[in-house]
Amino acid sequence: MRRMLIAFTIATTSLLAQWGGELRFCLHSDPKTFNPLMVEDEASETIRYLTGGVLIRVNRQSQELEPELATSWKISRRGQSITFQLRQGVVFSDGTPFSADDVAYTMHALMDPSLHSTTGDAFRSASGTVETQVLAADRVAIVFPAPVAGLERLFDQVPILSARSPKKEAAVLGPFVLAKYSPGMEVLLERNSYYWKTDASGRRLPYLDAIRLDIQQNRDIELMRFSRGELHLINNIDAESFSRLAQQAPSQAYDAGPSLESEMMWFNQNPNAPLPEYEKAWFRSKNFRRAVSSAINRADLCRVIYFGHAQPAAGPISPANRFWFRAQLKPHAYDPKEALAGLRQDGFHLKDGTLRDREGHPVEFSLITNSGNKARERMGAMVQQDLAAIGIKMNLVTLDFRSLIERISQNFRYEACLLGLTNYDLDPNSQMNVWLSSASNHQWYPNQPKPATTWEAEVDRLMEAQASTVVREKRKEYFDRVQEIASDEAPFIYLVNKNSLSAVSPKLQNVSPAMIRPQTYWNADSLVLGPAQLARNAR
Amino acid sequence: MKRARNVAIVVLAAVFAISLLANFFAPAPYAMQFRDFISSPASRRFWLGTDELGRDRWSRLLYGTRISLLLAPAAALLSTTMAVLIGGVAGYLGGWWDRVVLRVIDIFLSIPWLFLFLIVRALLPLNTSPLTSVIVTFTVMGLLGWASPARIIRAGAQSLRGSDLVLHARACGCPGTRLLLVHIVPNLKPVVFAQFWISIPTFILGEASLGLIGLGVAEPLPSWGNLLRELANPRAVMSNPWILAPLVVLVVVVSCFQLLLPQKEFAS
Repeated sequence: MRRMLIAFTIATTSLLAQWGGELRFCLHSDPKTFNPLMVEDEASETIRYLTGGVLIRVNRQSQELEPELATSWKISRRGQSITFQLRQGVVFSDGTPFSADDVAYTMHALMDPSLHSTTGDAFRSASGTVETQVLAADRVAIVFPAPVAGLERLFDQVPILSARSPKKEAAVLGPFVLAKYSPGMEVLLERNSYYWKTDASGRRLPYLDAIRLDIQQNRDIELMRFSRGELHLINNIDAESFSRLAQQAPSQAYDAGPSLESEMMWFNQNPNAPLPEYEKAWFRSKNFRRAVSSAINRADLCRVIYFGHAQPAAGPISPANRFWFRAQLKPHAYDPKEALAGLRQDGFHLKDGTLRDREGHPVEFSLITNSGNKARERMGAMVQQDLAAIGIKMNLVTLDFRSLIERISQNFRYEACLLGLTNYDLDPNSQMNVWLSSASNHQWYPNQPKPATTWEAEVDRLMEAQASTVVREKRKEYFDRVQEIASDEAPFIYLVNKNSLSAVSPKLQNVSPAMIRPQTYWNADSLVLGPAQLARNAR
Repeated sequence: MKRARNVAIVVLAAVFAISLLANFFAPAPYAMQFRDFISSPASRRFWLGTDELGRDRWSRLLYGTRISLLLAPAAALLSTTMAVLIGGVAGYLGGWWDRVVLRVIDIFLSIPWLFLFLIVRALLPLNTSPLTSVIVTFTVMGLLGWASPARIIRAGAQSLRGSDLVLHARACGCPGTRLLLVHIVPNLKPVVFAQFWISIPTFILGEASLGLIGLGVAEPLPSWGNLLRELANPRAVMSNPWILAPLVVLVVVVSCFQLLLPQKEFAS
């Protein structure tokens, strides 16, 4: 029903829509690259999304795949190759025609090992070369050395480059084209007059003339400018500012529900960490980790820190990820008594209000987090009070980000850490570098020579099994089990899933904020500025 | 003027006494979170309202005053003492000693010392208690804060060195050490006092800024510095004017310290 309503709104607005207007919003840093194959930062990703034309697009609302430059596609039974039927009559922004050669050229450039493209890394399932076969001007097949799970979704991140255009990456197939870049100031994108998409009435999209992206690091200034009407949207706004905005102008504040962002803490289980042996024993104990998890009041975290715009987290996948989320998993219930009972099983006991282990050591540890993140600092203070209720003394230490990364990934001089995790990709394959015991982002004990525990060996097996299976439902079965193990063993203590919060000016029409990035401008080609705004721009 | 100084003494004594007896006057522990009363306005129960974690602002102000009133003057004393020793002696001796000290001061002032705080934070054990951490922070600030006052004190000592008073003493055969301790240093008192009082709010605000890199007073311990961080949000100030209380206390305390400056000697 909701989807029908959105479709109806888009259809009616497109009938009434007018061309023109300049959409304005902020980037929070300079884009590090304009090469769409080399994108790693958020600002560059914004430019890539708005200018790049892709074969297949993940619809940010429905999370389903939609044909773009490819009208159809077929994956081989073993998942090793994919064949695309391409759209005809499409041209790049400089007028160069689009064909299968461009897809072959893009894939060749993407998989070039000397480029070190992280977008390309996602396609590397095994050693060997990726072959692209041009079957016809509008038909192309890509063959991989081994099956790639979730293959078709990966093409959402691959803008097609022109093989023939002298403008190279500057020739694009997306709705906008880069017109001007003033470092530290702004990026101006102008309408691609050759863009292939049309609206219901046959009018060529996009409706907007231009998008001006002001480079502004300070979020408070961004909010102030939005309130003054100088900006049309804030794509991702923090809960405190959102709640203030919701009070002042409720119609401009959008809460799209849980996002892919979560906050979690973990204990250092690295056996080589310079910590006392008794502390390592605490951190390796499942009962200890579960007890800490049960002693934390997640509902309070959501209410106090996020003003209700967050949900208690249950596991590695957020409810925003509709297909992969394991709905049966529930967040560990807040129950300090249950937590103490679990600790007693491991010989912990309360003495004069202080929790002590079997050998009498008082349970005290430090939790590190990055300084400058107000929400995380507050969350640490709340966890501190919750743990004090079961006799655990926790010191909260805020460190600059570089020192923190050095501690958690190089010298392992820390006891527990509180950080956030943002998944950009819905597919669990993007989490291979977290869940494999040999992975560098297996934060509680990274780069294991062999799995340290039986459950980690089981997770390794399941992750490899899901990555080498093509059938989606079978993959889900494997990954569900991974989520269950993660919830039961609690190597990461998931705290909250933040909601996707954005601010949108009433002047902007056809906006339908989604849970996944880019939340507000995912349908940039259909966005329309209201008549009032057009008049103002004209002046 | 005397009346104003008396009032200042009474106010300072009262602030010191109340903060030292915070355990007695504070209605709640400074870290206690009343989670059903987050960001509450001022009320009979919470005189200055509660912060974003539901902690009683009045209690936190009392405990924070204790920390800041003890540690900021201690850091100011450390830096001023160093400034007198280095700047005073350089100004009195003059010559190559003065030139070397001046260059050192210039170099010292031109170096961004933030990296030193980062190193200190990185070297401190993580399980350092919040109190130890704040003492280390103020000590480092005190050790780094001498250069600016030293330059001013040096200028004062230099002008005294050529004054009639010192020339007369020297003509009477007064030895160098006595000249320094009896005739120069006492006459530098107004400058030294001024530098000392000026340093106190600088250290308090410096601690607030260091909080942003995790070197300020660690949670949940309050200080004027981290209480003042709430003022960074102008909208919150407009809607909750009582969050200005730490600023008001800071201004009152610093003004009282200023009133206690030896005015006559200043005039001379």
